[in-house]
Amino acid sequence: MNRRQVLVIPTGVANLASIVAGLERLDIEPILQADAAAIADAEYVVLPGVGAFAAGMKYLQKNALVDPLVRRIEESKPTLAVCLGLQLLCRESEESPGINGLGVIDRPIRRFSNRVRVPQLGWNKVVPADCRLLQEGHAYFANSYRLAEAPEGWRAAYAQYDGNFIAALERGAVLACQFHPELSGPFGLDLLRRWLDNDATGGDAC
Amino acid sequence: MLTKRIIPCLDVKDGRVVKGIKFQGLRDAGSPAELARVYEQQGADELVLLDVSATPEGRKTALSTVRDVRRVLSIPLTVGGGIRSIADARNLLEAGADKVGLNTAAVNDPPLLTAIAEQFGRQCTVLAVDAKQTAPGKWQVVVLSGTTDLDLDVIDWVQTACEMGAGEILLTSWDRDGTRSGYDLALTAAVAGAVYVPVIASGGANDPQQLLEGLQAGADAVLAASIFHYGEWTVRQIKDYLAERNVEVRR
Repeated sequence: MNRRQVLVIPTGVANLASIVAGLERLDIEPILQADAAAIADAEYVVLPGVGAFAAGMKYLQKNALVDPLVRRIEESKPTLAVCLGLQLLCRESEESPGINGLGVIDRPIRRFSNRVRVPQLGWNKVVPADCRLLQEGHAYFANSYRLAEAPEGWRAAYAQYDGNFIAALERGAVLACQFHPELSGPFGLDLLRRWLDNDATGGDAC
Repeated sequence: MLTKRIIPCLDVKDGRVVKGIKFQGLRDAGSPAELARVYEQQGADELVLLDVSATPEGRKTALSTVRDVRRVLSIPLTVGGGIRSIADARNLLEAGADKVGLNTAAVNDPPLLTAIAEQFGRQCTVLAVDAKQTAPGKWQVVVLSGTTDLDLDVIDWVQTACEMGAGEILLTSWDRDGTRSGYDLALTAAVAGAVYVPVIASGGANDPQQLLEGLQAGADAVLAASIFHYGEWTVRQIKDYLAERNVEVRR
């Protein structure tokens, strides 16, 4: 039997190897591709991302990926956004004023305040509220900016740093994680597996 | 709530871990990938891999070591040692590092911190500092494994480095390293109080109480090598010890 394939958009260098390694541990074949037609057709798409909001959007625009990505998400096709990926789904970010995000989530991204160390680096407790795929546990975060409140129409999981913030969101088969599932040990791998299998066993827990 | 991190450190030369390792039941005690797997299973929050080889061949081997470790590791990996350029950083990140640690190169060329932070993000730009005490409450930066003293104050340097782009400080006490006498707590507190980025305490810790003291002094994470390598304590035991003393850890 052929291995399942997941299209990974190579938005930048910094966490691609970890995402590829994480998928391979789940016996998935990652395909690195930045092609609009491929994104429209792929069964699974991962939008990774570390680095700046403006650079991420510029990359998506340059490769004409904005429309196919927005369409996938609006159609709730299996799509995973990681870290900056989650932020790119939003309207805008304090990190890059004047730059439009994908806008699927009509909310702004803001920086943590100086009451806490920035960036947030480390394992924080993820607490789902009314989620299907997301379960409670510790996940690895590496971020300076975050979405503070849950948008309407999405199921949300929260974590606490400088107050509550959005650790992850899900809607249908779309999963957006501020944390790095690929770096979150068994917690992250189990979540990736549930996303791939559309296995909503998290539902009972919340 | 963000938990305190426990970080085992592997010193690697020519593809092998070089500090003494006395694990039982390991087929190949010197393999970085094998140790990485063991530490992850014990509950390590992250790993640091320091490439201590000094030759171009050694550097190439380090890249394949990073690839081997990445294949088995599903927690973050910081790699330091010998990073002199953006290309060096890129090669390590492509091989599977999540963060890169800069030490001597950052001192010689501080804009390199900015360049790496802009290209790959602050969250993967780690400043490694070796600090030597010169007077009570005063520390000076040392480089090249402590062989060269600089007229550079540690507090000034970490603040400058954070302005330049460092997103985390890996702080090693040169005086305490290898002494088993615990972290330099005054140094840890001084640096943690001087910057807004996370601080990892390193150098000198040999028992759970010393790790606890490092965290209480203000470190966000504690790094150690021999305490784990010699199998006296597992990461899990350390975390149990800390949790019993109301330190928030991931278990």
